[in-house]
Amino acid sequence: MFSQLIINGISSGSLYALVALAMVIIYKASEVPNFAQGEMATLSVFVAWHFVNAQFLPFYQAVAAALLFAFAVGVLFEFTVLRRAEKPSILELIVMTLGLQMFIYGIIGWKWGAEQKTFSLPIAEDSVVQLGPVVIGWLNIITIATSLLCVLVLYLFFTRTKLGTAMRAVQMNSTAARINGIRVHRIMSLTWGLSAVIGTIAGILFAPVSPLDPQLMWDPLLKGFAAGVLGGMTSPFGAVLGGYILGIIENLFGAYISLEFKSVVAFALIVLVLWFKPSGLFSRHYERKV
Amino acid sequence: MNDFFTVTGLTRTFGGVVAIDALDFAQKKGSIFSIIGPNGAGKTTLFNCISGIYRPDSGEICFQGRRIDGLKPDAIARHGIARTFQNLELFFRMTTMENLMLGRHIHMRTNIWHGLTMFHKNSTAAREEAEHREKVEHIIDLLDLQSARDVPVGALPYGRQKLVELGRALALEPSLLLLDEPSAGMTSDERQDLFFWIKDIQQELGVSILMIEHNMQMVMDISDRVLAIDFGKKLVEGTPEEVAAHPEVIKAYLGED
Ligand SMILES: Nc1ncnc2c1ncn2[C@@H]1O[C@H](COP(=O)(O)OP(=O)(O)O)[C@@H](O)[C@H]1O
Ligand SMILES: [Mg+2]
Repeated sequence: MFSQLIINGISSGSLYALVALAMVIIYKASEVPNFAQGEMATLSVFVAWHFVNAQFLPFYQAVAAALLFAFAVGVLFEFTVLRRAEKPSILELIVMTLGLQMFIYGIIGWKWGAEQKTFSLPIAEDSVVQLGPVVIGWLNIITIATSLLCVLVLYLFFTRTKLGTAMRAVQMNSTAARINGIRVHRIMSLTWGLSAVIGTIAGILFAPVSPLDPQLMWDPLLKGFAAGVLGGMTSPFGAVLGGYILGIIENLFGAYISLEFKSVVAFALIVLVLWFKPSGLFSRHYERKV
Repeated sequence: MNDFFTVTGLTRTFGGVVAIDALDFAQKKGSIFSIIGPNGAGKTTLFNCISGIYRPDSGEICFQGRRIDGLKPDAIARHGIARTFQNLELFFRMTTMENLMLGRHIHMRTNIWHGLTMFHKNSTAAREEAEHREKVEHIIDLLDLQSARDVPVGALPYGRQKLVELGRALALEPSLLLLDEPSAGMTSDERQDLFFWIKDIQQELGVSILMIEHNMQMVMDISDRVLAIDFGKKLVEGTPEEVAAHPEVIKAYLGED
């Protein structure tokens, strides 16, 4: 029972981790949470659904196409909207992402209607693996494995590649990055694209356990946001851990304490973190000496 | 005439404040050119115009025969102009080594897969990375930063952070190096070392140096030419002796101590 709950917790935590990661990458670079992240992902999942449903592409190609689409949406938003604003304030940035959120929400409703659809992975719905006393559904295995793989690939990307290092540099100090010859605008566009791809991967993993409608990502986005705050919003590592921790706590709480209040756990955690350790549980701090 | 580095009629205003006012000067290749002037004279604004952080209102900046005014900072860097800041601009959570490696950004050719070398040790990427590391190690040795090598820069004392920034600028292998008050906040021992290193950078690496500095001793000892400005305008330009003999400069610097 207990290990079963942990496994389920890690599985939902995997989604929160990806959502939080997508959010933190943007937050570090633009100093703004991207409120349109959920809708960007939902739109891309709809694109995948559309390709499959119209029998235009098989499942995996449709997913690949949706990820490319997500990347393009992220890049395009940075390039056509954010970059045009001359030194935008945080509030202006927030308004721009909220505007994008409503815009995409409208597009989804207009193109596909509000009625619920289903988008599932091409695996048998209830196929499971028996590991001793623990039964793990294939969907959970795929979710956990995909999220771990994403985290590993992103880690290598950010630490071992020129582009990833440049992204981290822009996130830390864009003036210093610029002066080193890094093309900051280009890096920002790519960062938005990358974030949209990660968010969409989360969306595709979440769609099978939720009806596909314009609100698909609302719940995971709020949870991912909570996970990000838990991890300090500026630490990708913290965001991922925050995601797993939130998933596990939420599941244990739902089973042992109260199922009704399960989804409130995320907010209780945010409040506790903001009270006791506002910089998040896992952020390291080197104060800047001037 | 001189076509290494020239500034002609450069003007930059902020609202009603004229920070740089029709400024002209030219620097010879391989020289140390110092800029002095009271606080608020417009020295940092001049550097910000040269390095592309600010766009000049009017005037020309030419480097090695090309107009560079109005270009973006990353383009200026790729032209071979590096700088340090009065208030350090570093990656404080990264180590000295990582900061210096980022200084090599424009020289890295293998794009996306640079550094993913754990899988193939003899790849182009691996060889290139080794090459960059060697260059960076060389700078670390030059500036005596070995003990700071793997320490996050934010944890270093101020004087060493300034050296890391100097090293980061050198890693770009610039032809022209802009130093904004390099010795400010340093102890007198650190200042002494810095003095020799700046000389080394000029003489051994052949880098031309444009430097804003308040320490008159240092300015007089190492500069080939000195420009004194006030209210964004040229007060006097010449050899250190000529500038030191100028009445306004004497009043501003030598008289008050
Ligand atoms: N970003 C800015 N906005 C408004 N005024 C500025 C800005 N940067 C510099 N200034 C003004 O320009 C003048 C010159 O400043 P600065 O170049 O920093 O002087 P210095 O480096 O010689 O001490 C000052 O009056 C300063 O207030
Ligand atoms: Mg200054």
